Amino acid sequence: MAIEVRIPTILRSYTGGAKIVEGAGDTLTELIDDLDTRHSGLKGRLITPEGGLHRFVNIYVNDEDVRFLGALDAKVKDGDSITILPAVAGGALGFAAAAALLGGL
Amino acid sequence: MARYESLLDACGGTPLVGLPRLSPAVPEGAPPVRLWAKLEDRNPTGSIKDRAALFMVREAEESGHLRPGDTILEPTSGNTGIALAMVAKLRGYRLVCVMPENVSAERTQILRMYGAEIIFSPAAGGSNQAVATAKQIAAEHPDWKMLFQYGNPANARAHYETTGPELLHDLPTITHFVAGLGTTGTLMGTGRFLREKVDGIQIIAAEPRYGELVYGLRNIDEGYVPELYDASVLTRRFSVGTRDAVLRTRQLIEVEGIFAGFSTGAVLHAALAVAHEAVRAGNRADVAFVVPDAGWKYLSTGAYGGTLNEAEEALEGQLWA
Repeated sequence: MAIEVRIPTILRSYTGGAKIVEGAGDTLTELIDDLDTRHSGLKGRLITPEGGLHRFVNIYVNDEDVRFLGALDAKVKDGDSITILPAVAGGALGFAAAAALLGGL
Repeated sequence: MARYESLLDACGGTPLVGLPRLSPAVPEGAPPVRLWAKLEDRNPTGSIKDRAALFMVREAEESGHLRPGDTILEPTSGNTGIALAMVAKLRGYRLVCVMPENVSAERTQILRMYGAEIIFSPAAGGSNQAVATAKQIAAEHPDWKMLFQYGNPANARAHYETTGPELLHDLPTITHFVAGLGTTGTLMGTGRFLREKVDGIQIIAAEPRYGELVYGLRNIDEGYVPELYDASVLTRRFSVGTRDAVLRTRQLIEVEGIFAGFSTGAVLHAALAVAHEAVRAGNRADVAFVVPDAGWKYLSTGAYGGTLNEAEEALEGQLWA
């Protein structure tokens, strides 16, 4: 058994179009390193040059946000389901429109 | 109190009701684990957004940002627009809502009844199209005023001053507060208040996880985190998919007779998760969660009937929370 990782549409260029990929590791950092060996470039989209989780990336272990589980040190194990999502919360359209109206974009 | 001078004065003060059938059973002799629903559909326009709309308009009036006869422009996927439309009507403003076209038909009909004008941003065009639409409107009407619920401190303050104190008054033994995460106003305001007053309280966010269509971003850098959001207020944050939200929404009406919208289902899913954890740990728990609105506005989605698969399909690509 492995760890199942769900990839959002905008990152599937790194997984050859695959929605779900598999990986291994004891922590989220190890899992992402492992994924990057087969899906080169993925790590760079999830983690900043400073080594933190990208501000607009949310990662969930069994539907729970890793930022509240130790972030990149969060424990993972075989059988876990990991979901990667862009941060848009209540819907990208409203937020984007709101930001544009404030002149932020 | 049951008598008010005007509809605006009837905002808040919503009932907190126990859910004896949905609360998990505990072993004999173990401390109780109870679920409580705060029925925010009992606000003047039927959603929790009345609190934020009222506070944002009042604050803008007091600061001089809004003057009689002004036009308010707000990008919204529904409930905030409806709440603002009511407040704007009673306080003498014109309201223009910018919203994605993939929200339910009821919401746009209600907005129009309240006299709001609607400008749609095409769902298919994704965020780029919404940005283009919004920029164009703002450029054409520089005098229109935005309240910007995602970054307006009055949104969170509404909950710090009303929702939080109401919960503590009605449930002094509260151990967990669970609510949906959108603008983050409910969780930030209520969460801050409860953290100040209740030792060890858990503040839990339930975030709707939409179908792929809604995440119409070109790349990660187009993401957005509301300015109001402060992760340090939260204890945990769950992502809840459409299927679980629908399942729990149906369970709530079947078991407890509460007819709620689908965002409530997402919140209940997280509330049940923490309630069952408390049972396993043998801890006492009073879990209060927010019912942001009732189900009426979502009937046209068809997701209240049929199989779960059919409901999931019906909500695909819709902003159901």
